[in-house]
Amino acid sequence: MPAPIRLRELIRTIRTARTQAEEREMIQKECAAIRSSFREEDNTYRCRNVAKLLYMHMLGYPAHFGQLECLKLIASQKFTDKRIGYLGAMLLLDERQDVHLLMTNCIKNDLNHSTQYVQGLALCTLGCMGSSEMCRDLAGEVEKLLKTSNSYLRKKAALCAVHVIRKVPELMEMFLPATKNFDLLSNTRFVLGPVLQNWGGGRNSTLIRHLSSSQLVPQLVRILKNLIMSGYSPEHDVSGISDPFLQVRILRLLRILGRNDDDSSEAMNDILAQVATNTETSKNVGNAILYETVLTIMDIKSESGLRVLAINILGRFLLNNDKNIRYVALTSLLKTVQTDHNAVQRHRSTIVDCLKDLDVSIKRRAMELSFALVNGNNVRGMMKELLYFLDSCEPEFKADCASGIFLAAEKYAPSKRWHIDTIMRVLTTAGSYVRDDAVPNLIQLITNSVEMHAYTVQRLYKAILGDYSQQPLVQVASWCIGEYGDLLVSGQCEEEEPIQVTEDEVLDILESVLISNMSASVTRGYALTAIMKLSTRFTCTVNRIKKVVSIYGSSIDVELQQRAVEYNALFKKYDHMSDITPVIPTAPTSKPASAGGELLDLLGDLNLTGEQAASLQSLHSQSCRSAAFLFSTGIPSITAYNKNGLKIDFTFERSNTNPSVTVITIQASNSTELDMTDFVFQAAVPKTFQLQLLSPSSSVIPAFNSGTITQVIKVLNPQKQQLRMRIKLTYNHKGSAMQDLAEVNNFPPQSWQ
Amino acid sequence: GCLRQQTWKIHFILLFSRQGKLRLQKWYTTLPDKEKKKIIREIVQIILSRNQKTSSFVDWKDLKLVYKRYASLYFCCAIEDQDNELLTLEVVHRYVELLDRYFGNVCELDIIFNFEKAYFILDEFIIGGEVQETSKRSAVKAIEDSDMLQETVEEYMNKPAF
Repeated sequence: MPAPIRLRELIRTIRTARTQAEEREMIQKECAAIRSSFREEDNTYRCRNVAKLLYMHMLGYPAHFGQLECLKLIASQKFTDKRIGYLGAMLLLDERQDVHLLMTNCIKNDLNHSTQYVQGLALCTLGCMGSSEMCRDLAGEVEKLLKTSNSYLRKKAALCAVHVIRKVPELMEMFLPATKNFDLLSNTRFVLGPVLQNWGGGRNSTLIRHLSSSQLVPQLVRILKNLIMSGYSPEHDVSGISDPFLQVRILRLLRILGRNDDDSSEAMNDILAQVATNTETSKNVGNAILYETVLTIMDIKSESGLRVLAINILGRFLLNNDKNIRYVALTSLLKTVQTDHNAVQRHRSTIVDCLKDLDVSIKRRAMELSFALVNGNNVRGMMKELLYFLDSCEPEFKADCASGIFLAAEKYAPSKRWHIDTIMRVLTTAGSYVRDDAVPNLIQLITNSVEMHAYTVQRLYKAILGDYSQQPLVQVASWCIGEYGDLLVSGQCEEEEPIQVTEDEVLDILESVLISNMSASVTRGYALTAIMKLSTRFTCTVNRIKKVVSIYGSSIDVELQQRAVEYNALFKKYDHMSDITPVIPTAPTSKPASAGGELLDLLGDLNLTGEQAASLQSLHSQSCRSAAFLFSTGIPSITAYNKNGLKIDFTFERSNTNPSVTVITIQASNSTELDMTDFVFQAAVPKTFQLQLLSPSSSVIPAFNSGTITQVIKVLNPQKQQLRMRIKLTYNHKGSAMQDLAEVNNFPPQSWQ
Repeated sequence: GCLRQQTWKIHFILLFSRQGKLRLQKWYTTLPDKEKKKIIREIVQIILSRNQKTSSFVDWKDLKLVYKRYASLYFCCAIEDQDNELLTLEVVHRYVELLDRYFGNVCELDIIFNFEKAYFILDEFIIGGEVQETSKRSAVKAIEDSDMLQETVEEYMNKPAF
């Protein structure tokens, strides 16, 4: 039987394979040879075979059949065998396989081996992959080695101990006595750090008390100082900085010790300031130490001057050419922006510049930080930058950026106009990336900005005219058009030049949205409802609206179909706008639907009803008298008002289709000798009611009771509460303008119960 | 602030070529083999698709990847969120320096044909994801002394030992 092929020869051979298939064939052939060699229990070449197996494992091929062989190698007396065996164990075995426990005894023996390199192998392996059971079994051996005079082994034992404690935290007690032996002063290279930093983090009270940190901090400070001042030590030097790894380790220890301790923090104040100001920053290594110092300062109970120093270091980092350094600066500033807000604000312009960086991670951090820095004073400038960013950034940012802008705008908007403009800008720039839940919020916002309604609807209309593919934009626009379409066609905009739009043009765009393939189902719902609502605001196109709505009564889309059918039914029941105001589609807003019946506070703005009255100019004003759906039930009439010759009577009718509706017909008569002209009747009802005022028959009440003005009021009273009403009368009489307010409280119970 | 156990250990180290071929994998956490393979594929793809203008750091799951290319080899370390990325770059650089000292003008082929040595050197520098030795000389000396040990035990076997 020829000797198995050498490792390096195998590697050479495999690398000549030109295809994946060829490689696989070579591997399979060699694996077969190795397997039979294992079966023959060949001791001489086991090491070579396992090494080859490890190479093939790295290429991605299965090597589990070599696990037991690794154990045999570890048990061997030859150093070469052990070396490969332990390597194999670390690569092929882990605590999830029961097999690994078989290592425990070997490791125990090797931890007590006469050769330090063998002990080292054992410590390394245990420290990398030791399971909880192994750690429990071998903790005692590790603890012994912590006390050895051999510094090579002590360092390994310390890190092995760290792993043991991570795996089995209860064992920490066992290692505490050994820490007393750590002589920090004479062995400055000693790796105490990881031991303490690991223990200190989670269960610091036990350890800190044990070590009596009042001694430890000054000792650490002294070591760090010596390290910084010490002469050139080539073995430990990196670009002129003495042992940066140890420096960082000491800084981390200080961080843990100072974290919740005022005295310790004070004791380390000077050295931290010294490191922060004196570290050479021309190379990465110096900046690495500076960075660690900054992290330490921010974590302990440092005085404000030191904190400002730390943040200014980060600010300088932001200006560094090295993008890695800019990156860590932004990360840290993001973590500290809440607690040190003012200090970070000073670097705002540099942070905003980072929005233009080419690195995606830097951009993201700069964006988050920018949002954190927006406040009432800088909102205009910041939003300008962020809107520009929204325009040009990668798609993965747009949703978050849009949400951030909405939030910031809501908090700090300097004016309503600015707020609406900002929303518009986001919707038009990143309209398809806006989150779904933003739509109802925006609608609510717009609703509340009463004086901006005309402007908003006009701008939204213009925005979707050219392009109605961005769903959130189209949804908001549809809703607004449905709600304020009357303002749109009447050209009432004050903020900018009003556009000329006809009712048909408005319906055109809404119908386009309905038909479009690009429109989501939800969007179609918005559009259809908007069209429906316009039946009360528009005057010339109600037939067209009815036609559209009836078409969708047979739509494939169930949602739309249901809506259309319901709306159709409402159309049929009532010749014009129904009593029941259509509900806002889908999304729940805290503000209830408002279309043809704003909820009015009893003390609210009475002008609103006047406007409603005007906008509800119905083609069917005659029908208010021929209300076929209403049945008179003999409810007594009342005189609601009688003063200065003006008398107003109320007669009542209840709807038989809707018990919550009361129809009041007012009749105004004039007993004086002169006509009353420009007569306007307005009414307000309590919050739980809804009211609708239809057009009056005329605006002149002739003198001597020779004629009346009639007008219909519809009241919706779902909670069946006692009807009350406030009325406002304005008219011209005898050359003067007259105005009066009155309350009507004498409604008969049959009119509302 | 809350006191959570703060660790600064490296979770894993990967070395791979510009074609995405793995040259070394050192794991300091326990994961199933399948999972490791998946992670390697994912990370290699992420890093190979980064362009020159980006930083050396990538946010990945709840860890951070710190990577640097030396000649034809990518060195990638996965560290925890609160660890120091700039220092990790120095850790990577120190490892490369150790390899260079040991092999003399190290190149990718050295790592390919002597992968076990690359592991041994790493194990003298880092244990359990933490730096154990900060002296360049000491780390390399330990490997060279171990190699000598190998020689004497092997007695009449030809070099290399296998």
